[in-house]
Amino acid sequence: MDNGFSSPRRDAFPAGLRVLVVDDDPTWLRILEKMLKKCSYEVTTCCLAREALNLLRERKDGYDIVISDVNMPDMDGFKLLEHVGLEMDLPVIMMSVDGETSRVMKGVQHGACDYLLKPIRMKELRNIWQHVFRKRIHEAREFESLDGFEGILLMRNGSDQSDDGNLFALEDMTSIKKRKDVDNKHDDREYGDPSSTKKARVVWSVDLHQKFVKAVNQIGFDKVGPKKILDLMNVPWLTRENVASHLQKYRLYLSRLQKENDQKSSSCGVKLSDLPSKDPPGSVGFQNLINRQQNDVKLDVFKFSEGTVQPQNVDPKSHDSDLKVISESTSEKRRALTNKIPDKKIRRSSEMGVNHSHIPSESEANRQVFGCTISTQYPWSEVPEMQLKQENKSFLHLEDSFSQLPLHGTQHHIQVNQSQSISSNHSISEGEIAGCIETKPLYADDKSDYTSSGSSTGRAIDAFSVQPKSHGQSLEPIHNTNCIPDPEFHQRNVLLGDEVASAPLDEDLHLYWLEGECYNMNLGLQMSEYYDPALISETPFHLYDSADYSVVDQGLFIA
Amino acid sequence: MDKSLLQRQASSMRRALFDQGYLDEQFIELEDLQDDSNPNFVEEIVTLFYKESARTVYNIEQALMSRPLDFTKLEEYMHKFKGSSSSIGAKKVKNECTKFSEYCDAENTDGCVRTFQQIKQEYSTLKNKLETYFQVAREAAQT
Repeated sequence: MDNGFSSPRRDAFPAGLRVLVVDDDPTWLRILEKMLKKCSYEVTTCCLAREALNLLRERKDGYDIVISDVNMPDMDGFKLLEHVGLEMDLPVIMMSVDGETSRVMKGVQHGACDYLLKPIRMKELRNIWQHVFRKRIHEAREFESLDGFEGILLMRNGSDQSDDGNLFALEDMTSIKKRKDVDNKHDDREYGDPSSTKKARVVWSVDLHQKFVKAVNQIGFDKVGPKKILDLMNVPWLTRENVASHLQKYRLYLSRLQKENDQKSSSCGVKLSDLPSKDPPGSVGFQNLINRQQNDVKLDVFKFSEGTVQPQNVDPKSHDSDLKVISESTSEKRRALTNKIPDKKIRRSSEMGVNHSHIPSESEANRQVFGCTISTQYPWSEVPEMQLKQENKSFLHLEDSFSQLPLHGTQHHIQVNQSQSISSNHSISEGEIAGCIETKPLYADDKSDYTSSGSSTGRAIDAFSVQPKSHGQSLEPIHNTNCIPDPEFHQRNVLLGDEVASAPLDEDLHLYWLEGECYNMNLGLQMSEYYDPALISETPFHLYDSADYSVVDQGLFIA
Repeated sequence: MDKSLLQRQASSMRRALFDQGYLDEQFIELEDLQDDSNPNFVEEIVTLFYKESARTVYNIEQALMSRPLDFTKLEEYMHKFKGSSSSIGAKKVKNECTKFSEYCDAENTDGCVRTFQQIKQEYSTLKNKLETYFQVAREAAQT
């Protein structure tokens, strides 16, 4: 899927990783740029946080990872971090010359997936791809659960016709799931039009979210359901699926808030094991949280982009067409899905009915998996919950299934992932990794003494010409938005705190239609690992190929 | 003959910079980044550093003139300056910066003023040494 943006997928991951570097120090910017290029990454630089956000918003799918300094003149680096996590959901690495524990902790709390100390060595940058990779794995896992959900919805007519006040009725889901599993035996390889269509992402602006919350409160949290909310909100372009997935997030968010209040925990993340047990927390609690949240001025914290696929050929304003599409898509998905882990799915879907905070005991192992990873890109408030986020996402995507037509990639991804066995991806990804490693000479640890190769003295020093392209490799043109800050410029651009953050967000209403977002990247990722630890070891993931669905095809041809 | 003499000269100058503690490993990182596409990378970075940090130095100087000292502001500037200095591996400069920050924390006016003089001293000494070094290195490479 070449959307015109720099698409790195031609290279073997992690080569071609698209990095956005944000630092107000031009010297560091230059150095980092050079270092990253040496890693065969594709680098874009900018010196202001606002500029970075603009860049990110302009090209929603244009970057894989963001590296930012903590101290920026126009916006606190942590704020930027939050915004990136909310809106773009990209992994963010923080940098600083200050390595104080409290700062580092703050970074992690705000959702940084890593915190580097300056001076930064090249070898530290070489490995940043792992954060991108990790993210994709997690997203792949979410998709797996998405399967279960869509089946359920399908069975329930998967549509707005019924009063979907509670989409997640436990009993329904269990039985439906079983039926679905039977249907899912086929390994369907056709996905309609899997390749070119990209997913669009709805970004929930403050306004939108406030409408949402208002609607929720009007209906009453207990009785709330996506359709009712949608009707109340009266936002024409919003679909029920958008609302449903947002509702899911919201519920999880509230549940987390509640837990935070209960636990008074200052560390980041609520462990899954700490989540409430089977019984859903009283909705009263939620209601309180809702009220509290309404009073919370900083609603911008709750802004996030929703991984909702907006089918391109469906008029978002028309629910009917959605319904039709949904039923088509779901039926096709049913065909397409190969459900290897029916039990787990049932369990998973049964979670849904219990306020989303119930983790089935079966996923103990999975909790482990969650607990180990670090990628936190979902700062709901100041304390992003990595684990919860993953839960969020899984639920979120469950709801998103509606909007994901067979024509679009997402479901196909899921299906591919599910139906794939490990083999082809295995070889591909390994090959890719190996390939990419070979391309780079290692600079890392050979400089224990001061005698370097004497390179500086030995070279012919001609008129220096900057070549944006790395010599040895055919990288995409580097996008360089260097700007040398000067004090006046800074002063003009110094905005205070939240204003900076919220202003642009309010202005553009956040109708950012993301194309081919991260879900696409999950092509080839073996999602079943989420449920089956045994499979994990066999699965180096096909890392990068979200752009084209060739991976899907490859996956499909597994016997 | 000439060439090898110049090269040796450049080499020993370089060695001295490390041995005497003016530079640390970061400088080597920069050297490693230098390649055919950026044959003067290190020199460019150093030049850029001195150009950009001049502003910060000036800001600190100005801030040090007021009484009482605004330690928060000073700390901010110093943080930035230290970050920059770390980029080229300016070891002595960085160490003085750390001292300065400590004096800031302690709100020690005299300490800050004195230390900053040291910083400026090291800052310009390094600049001169590096300029000389680069010149010799360039000449060595040309012959």
